[in-house]
Amino acid sequence: MTEAVTPQTGLSRNGGPGAGSVWRVAGPVVVATGLKEARLYNVVYVGEARLPGEVIRIDGKRTVIQVYEDTSGIRVGEPVQDTGAPLQVELGPGLLGAIFDGTQRPLPAMAASNGDPYGAPTISRGVAIPALDRERLWDFVPAVSEGDEVVPGDLLGTVEETEALVHKVLVPHGVSGIVTGVTRGPARVEEPVVRVNGEPVAMMRRWPVREPRPTARRLDPEVPLVTGQRVVDTLFPVALGGTATIPGGFGTGKTVLEQSLARYSHADVVVYVGCGERGNELTEVLEEFPELVDPNTGAPLMQRTILIANTSNMPVAAREASIYTGITLAEYFRDQGYDVALMADSTSRWGEALREVSGRLEEMPAEEGYPAYLSTRLAEFYERAGSVVTLGKEGREGSVTVVGAVSPPGGDFSEPITQHTLRLAGTFWALDTSLARGRHFPAINWGTSYTLYELDAWFEREVREDWSEQRAWMQDLLQREGSLLEIVQLLGADALASPQRVVLAAGRLLREDFLQQSAFDEVDAYCALPKQYAMLRVIRAVHKALSAAVERGAPVEAASSVPAAGEVGRMRYWPDDEFEERAAALISRVEREMEELG
Amino acid sequence: MTERKAKDGPDFERLFAVEHRTVSYVSGPLLVAERAGDAGYDEMVDVVTPAGETRRGQVLEVEGDKMVVQVLGGTRGLNRPGTTVRTTGEVAKTAVGPDLIGRILDGSGHPVDGGPPLQPAAYQSVNGQPLNPYARAHPSDFIETGISAIDGLNTLVRGQKLPIFGGFGLPAMELAAQIAESARVPGSGNEEVTDDFVVVFAAIGVTHREAAFFRRRFAGSAALERSILFLNLADDPTVERLLTPRAALTAAEYLAWEEGRHVLVILADVTNYCEALREVSAAREEIPGRRGYPGYMYTDLASLFERAGRVRGRSGSVTQLMILSMPDDDITHPIPDLTGYITEGQIVLSRELDRRGISPPIDVLPSLSRLMNAGVGAGKTREDHRAVADQLYAAFARGKELRSLVSIVGEQALSEEDRRNLAFAEDFEEQFVGQGPNRRTMEETLETAWRLLDRFSSGELKRIKPELIERYRSRATVSATQEEG
Ligand SMILES: Nc1ncnc2c1ncn2[C@@H]1O[C@H](COP(=O)(O)OP(=O)(O)O)[C@@H](O)[C@H]1O
Ligand SMILES: [Mg+2]
Repeated sequence: MTEAVTPQTGLSRNGGPGAGSVWRVAGPVVVATGLKEARLYNVVYVGEARLPGEVIRIDGKRTVIQVYEDTSGIRVGEPVQDTGAPLQVELGPGLLGAIFDGTQRPLPAMAASNGDPYGAPTISRGVAIPALDRERLWDFVPAVSEGDEVVPGDLLGTVEETEALVHKVLVPHGVSGIVTGVTRGPARVEEPVVRVNGEPVAMMRRWPVREPRPTARRLDPEVPLVTGQRVVDTLFPVALGGTATIPGGFGTGKTVLEQSLARYSHADVVVYVGCGERGNELTEVLEEFPELVDPNTGAPLMQRTILIANTSNMPVAAREASIYTGITLAEYFRDQGYDVALMADSTSRWGEALREVSGRLEEMPAEEGYPAYLSTRLAEFYERAGSVVTLGKEGREGSVTVVGAVSPPGGDFSEPITQHTLRLAGTFWALDTSLARGRHFPAINWGTSYTLYELDAWFEREVREDWSEQRAWMQDLLQREGSLLEIVQLLGADALASPQRVVLAAGRLLREDFLQQSAFDEVDAYCALPKQYAMLRVIRAVHKALSAAVERGAPVEAASSVPAAGEVGRMRYWPDDEFEERAAALISRVEREMEELG
Repeated sequence: MTERKAKDGPDFERLFAVEHRTVSYVSGPLLVAERAGDAGYDEMVDVVTPAGETRRGQVLEVEGDKMVVQVLGGTRGLNRPGTTVRTTGEVAKTAVGPDLIGRILDGSGHPVDGGPPLQPAAYQSVNGQPLNPYARAHPSDFIETGISAIDGLNTLVRGQKLPIFGGFGLPAMELAAQIAESARVPGSGNEEVTDDFVVVFAAIGVTHREAAFFRRRFAGSAALERSILFLNLADDPTVERLLTPRAALTAAEYLAWEEGRHVLVILADVTNYCEALREVSAAREEIPGRRGYPGYMYTDLASLFERAGRVRGRSGSVTQLMILSMPDDDITHPIPDLTGYITEGQIVLSRELDRRGISPPIDVLPSLSRLMNAGVGAGKTREDHRAVADQLYAAFARGKELRSLVSIVGEQALSEEDRRNLAFAEDFEEQFVGQGPNRRTMEETLETAWRLLDRFSSGELKRIKPELIERYRSRATVSATQEEG
């Protein structure tokens, strides 16, 4: 696979090898005849309106096309034009902070009309606008000189794309040789900035979205993606380069969690794919992210974010493409040596798009109407996550972490998409409808969720040596609380002895004052790792003091309601810089008050 | 209503040469016509019956020289040799404009109130076009409905889409009418509902009784003058139900985006719409998804519901309230399930509360407004609103848990705090949710909340910051004592 460096795109190229005509139209699926040279996944233009689509099956003389736009009004016999190229994305400076549709059309440019940025608020058909701004100048700083020998992946130069991120322009795949020309200074994305063996290399290049970008080798995931979400980081962390899945019924908190991760995760670049979900949720990101600051760099959050939007009312076939567009952009920044987090909300809508198209093709369905290749497609997507050493002499390390939401019908995890995804994802955050109804957020069920990544060593090294020991204490306590609650449900709290009631009291503190975390409270929304550790330490100390007091004969009820215990619930609001001190003070207060009970 | 008066719709006949073609197959709501060369996918056709009557149809598929048509007026009385099909070259369009206000129309947008012909500003495609998320403005203007369980806990904002999940016999329609009547935006300067507020009511397969209820409620309050009624009743053709909400939304969008009005669209009942979708899908012998509903039902419903919202640079809004009867009161049924995945929350009615005489019988735990956060807080409602709501939820959820526990082990097994929680749950349902027919201002809703929370110590009010407890708890207690004294 070579990265095209000449200005041509799957979506905007005129003409091409072969023209046919429409034979059948049913929803997003068009069948054409006469496209003799069409190859699978080639982009074609359908009808007089030149609606872009993609070849998804070749069946004798008939070519089956999924069309990225509304097919209303298309007639049998209208022309179909093959572009000869697969669906590609444009890669280069100008991606960060952008919002694209599923096939990488820039939504702001589509909304603008007659000088009014929102003059055309609805998406009309057949609009072709390139993804990257062709006129904008970028200050190219070369990293090579004439005579250098380069291979694919080598650094050619840099562009300061945002305050926080240096965009690395690399030698494209398929290009190697001796640098024969270098241009420093402002350039447009299509202008050559370097020559290799006399061939011009511009900052912009293209890549077919369904093709994973090559790397030198994979690395074992050893470092967590720090998210600032207590239940995630402490109990079920995901590795940089790992995969996580968030299944949950509607209203259980998938989107809020995905957005919290997009805000607070320690990633260099975040690609957020709104796939078949609400328009307003993307609008919210668009309105808020420019105002928010990336805690790691101090730059506006939007500057590290790329949004891909195919909302539920946008065409279904482009929904299928949006996931590939997103992951290809993520890989591109990974190849520059960055840690990229990709949020996909929701992968179920992507699976359903596959199902809808497959249904129109009258393919033999597997479970619940989904095509038999569903699991393969899911695997191909999740396997594009990873922590890698990139191509090129520099040997950069980069990663793509994938967090996919799943929307199981009726909240029932036995459905195909959840089940297939569970086989692929390393971390499982099970959202629980009953927790959500009781307003326990994030509604991650601590009993059924898991992580397969072994990251203890990192936490012990970077936070505290007894991090995993403390977490084990917590898990054990929650588990004991769970079993005791079952007994209480049958027999009442009276049936429990005092030490067991202590477990219930401590379990409740863990649930309410540690696991629950408000995404909407300015302070609580993000919790740094040292604070997570210290909060647990306080709760553990309360538990210990409580046990001691009860052992001395104090009633559980009285001990667990000493004034200082009420303070535990307020720790979340304490600012980071005062935390250590206030936590220590609280622990001694709790101990004192419990001792006073006798 | 099967006959169409050409004057009331766009003049299709004029637009395209009349062509007749042979019908080769009729089944359920569908027919297949041959020699369909110039038919465009999704376009409207006229189906002329052997008796010479014209019914509208929509092209579902074209293949070679065949087309599959769904007949909006139903296929009764059609036969192969006597029926002809005429293409129009247009997708379905509907009349839009201020002239529709005050009118009663059928499910495809033609007047049925005996009034003069419509004078539309334009005819627009009923499918609309998807809003560009970049051009949306995030909805954040709080709408005061006067209902505590909504205003206090599940706040509605302008441009939101919020369904009411009811069930047969539950007062969902009454609740929707109550919201439509009393909805006002505080601070808009006008206590009274003004000119720029319009209600578009789309009856989709509802009974005559339900439709009459709505007409009465509106005619009675003189509100008909600012409403448009689209009526597809239970005995109207099923397939027309697929058109009714689209026509209604198209009319609403025109008023909102072109004329800057705030439009509240009420769709009743989404369940009937989905049944129609299923019927067409079954007739096409499509591979069914869950419980026989088509796999594209999510996308189809989204193409309706996503038409709510606000747009940057325009002053109007489209707010949607949908009424949805949950089959078997089952919230996991595909219709409420897919709806809940698309809408910005849901208001769930409870049969149990209704039986206990609690009105409105809103079950707050499964209810949700996803846009609440954007609409509440200092400068919008009150600074303590979010925290109070969280606290009410936490205390009520705990109270409900204890209620099921108590039914097994008895109340004496509970601790002091738990007993208070249990009593809170009871009072909360009766006093906060069960407000009866009276309207409450936002301020009154919050004061009611604080009075109910007064039984808890400050340490127990974990969701509310101490400053806010300090500021608002005493106020409620003071005003409560004053009331009693
Ligand atoms: N961490 C959280 N803190 C506070 N509220 C939350 C949190 N997560 C979810 N919620 C509440 O749950 C609602 C639904 O969450 P959302 O992420 O939209 O659900 P889903 O995407 O699963 O349908 C939100 O509108 C919010 O009220
Ligand atoms: Mg969501």
